[in-house]
Amino acid sequence: MENVKMINLKINSLPVSVPEGTTVLDAAKSIGITIPTLCYMRKVNEIGACRVCVVEVKGARNLVASCVFPVAENMEVSTATERVLKARRTTVELMLSDHDNQCLSCMRSTNCELQKLAHDLNCDQHKYDGAVNDYKKDTSSPYLVRDNNKCILCRRCVAVCSKVQDVAVIGANARGFKTHIGCAFGRDIFDVPCIACGQCITVCPTGALTEKDDIDIVRAAIGDPQKTVIAGTAPATRIGLSEEFGLPAGTNVEGKLVSALRLLGFDKVFDINATADLTIMEEGTELLHRIKTNGALPMFTSCSPGWVKYVETFYPEFIKNISTCKSPQAMFGATIKTYYAEKCGLDPANLFTVGVMPCTSKKFERLRDDMSANGKQPDMDAVLSVREIARMIKRAGIDFVNLPDGKYDAPLGVASGAGFIFGATGGVMEAALRTVVETLEGKPLEKLDFKAVRGMKGIKEATVTAGGRKISVCAASGIANAKAVLEDIKSGKAHYDFVEVMTCPGGCVNGGGQPVRNAEKLNFMDIAETRAKPIYAGDAKNKIRKSHENPVVKALYEEYFQYPNSHRAHEVLHTTYAARKKYKDI
Amino acid sequence: MSCTNLGTPEQEEQLRAVTASLKGTPGAIMPAMQKAQGIYGYLPFAVQKLIADDLGVPLEEIYGIATFYSQFALVPKGKNRIGVCMGTACYVKGSAQVLEALETNLKIKTGETTPDGLFTIDATRCLGCCGLAPVLSVNEHVYGKVTAEKIPEILNNYRN
Repeated sequence: MENVKMINLKINSLPVSVPEGTTVLDAAKSIGITIPTLCYMRKVNEIGACRVCVVEVKGARNLVASCVFPVAENMEVSTATERVLKARRTTVELMLSDHDNQCLSCMRSTNCELQKLAHDLNCDQHKYDGAVNDYKKDTSSPYLVRDNNKCILCRRCVAVCSKVQDVAVIGANARGFKTHIGCAFGRDIFDVPCIACGQCITVCPTGALTEKDDIDIVRAAIGDPQKTVIAGTAPATRIGLSEEFGLPAGTNVEGKLVSALRLLGFDKVFDINATADLTIMEEGTELLHRIKTNGALPMFTSCSPGWVKYVETFYPEFIKNISTCKSPQAMFGATIKTYYAEKCGLDPANLFTVGVMPCTSKKFERLRDDMSANGKQPDMDAVLSVREIARMIKRAGIDFVNLPDGKYDAPLGVASGAGFIFGATGGVMEAALRTVVETLEGKPLEKLDFKAVRGMKGIKEATVTAGGRKISVCAASGIANAKAVLEDIKSGKAHYDFVEVMTCPGGCVNGGGQPVRNAEKLNFMDIAETRAKPIYAGDAKNKIRKSHENPVVKALYEEYFQYPNSHRAHEVLHTTYAARKKYKDI
Repeated sequence: MSCTNLGTPEQEEQLRAVTASLKGTPGAIMPAMQKAQGIYGYLPFAVQKLIADDLGVPLEEIYGIATFYSQFALVPKGKNRIGVCMGTACYVKGSAQVLEALETNLKIKTGETTPDGLFTIDATRCLGCCGLAPVLSVNEHVYGKVTAEKIPEILNNYRN
């Protein structure tokens, strides 16, 4: 850092000094001026295309796009002159001219970046009334809806799909006024190798991309007196949800979430952190078995369904490396419909399991083959993202922020810190290591923190020694990073025993079912890290920090599964995978 | 086994030779697509998929390019390609009426091909002979000072 040259300039007559290479946007931010942006995503979509961030630079002939324009010595910038505001207003008005301005009935109303800009800039919605495109909604998938009538062609979704996830199933098709975001040959999203990660939804500034809303299915089940409706909350949901209610990002609202779910009419509220612990028992045992028997290594984690679908579609040769363990959500559903139904004398046909998830891919996972432990009903009956749960709570008039803290129901109500950290990248790995290393060492582990696999780096490596053997591990998040790891394994450059992959960058804290990320969250904060902090804090203060010490998990084995990887555990808690064609017909 | 999706065995062989020669070359996508269009006359799904797989680029990227540039076609073009100039000079001299007459006569819309595969109509940019406006081209031949009434006569040159 010592050799960084500082550049002196003036922004709105105020002197600013920033390192060389800083953009005007960032320089302005450093003195408390937020220039609005729309298409800009730091490091991901720096295309300077939408022209919303334009500013006046003295001596420059045209207004410049501040998101990509670097500062220069003695530069004089004005961020809010009449000329600038007029240009921004015209730009947004042109967007509105071909936009389905149905704000009153739009899922993103009050949470839409276009709406906010139009309001802030005092736009006239009808300034440029004229031809309007009329696109068919894509409702083909069980996890997302694309409504191009609300698309402003910012390409944030395209950038995240191709650069962050390296899946690249969406792009700009056609030209000029007919330009639209879509898939090859105008196919539906469910007819191309989309991995259902939902990252596109969380970066969409408007209502063009939304999750497939399953609120009505859940409400119908709640209203059905025959049904016992059971919610299970994933680790990262209790963090992300706070943002939907105006609380600071990174607030843990676990207790309020439990109370809200009860008020919504769920008969039981369980914690999927507990079945994350169960996952560790099964997955850790599977890893030890693979090591002992020279099975397929490295073993890959299987809790992130987008990743599983990615391997099945793009790297089928690695299917044998994926742990056969179901995800914590599927283990939850499977346990409810077998063990819990038997224990309580309930007909599993009358149990309705709802996953409360930071994820859209879980909506897809629910419908996979081999996701029915009792062979009759699906493990999970519905999956709601954090955004859907927030809408349900608001719709029911629940004063979420002032709710008292509720406690989870028994038996799946106690979880270890290891189960909680599943919500952040590296968390599954750390949780597994706590159990695996202790098992191999045959004595209590002294140091529970495996800091090498923590943090927001895309690829993290570590080697631990246990029982006289070295275990080489890797944790990757974001599919582009996972792909790099796969290629390194393939070429023999990297050798691992165990690899954790989270589909979304940063893990479930940044999942496709979490609150959407506006320009501020995308560009001026590390939202994944912010949301991960309370998870590690929760782990640190939990009295139980190892999955195998969770009394709930012990009871599950004593009463039902006998021991990890037992025949019954295999039947209920494990699944199968199969290669997928990228396109159905070819 | 011959793969009908990739045309005749000769066409498929040519296409594979194209992608093999371009693999690893920066900016290979456009030349590959242009050559493929030359081989097939258009870029069907299987052809774009093969280019995508061989060059290691997403199919959507190929498709996006194919739908951006009017030089690429997604459906087979007719034996005779009619281009009606929509440049400024031709337009003010009535090329819209010429285009309409063509559509009526051939019972297809602009961009489409007649069911017998004989004609495709395209609206083009300026052909560079504004003095003859309005103009249309059939294959390599240019017709000047065209009127709606002349359309049947022009088309008859290419029938039978």
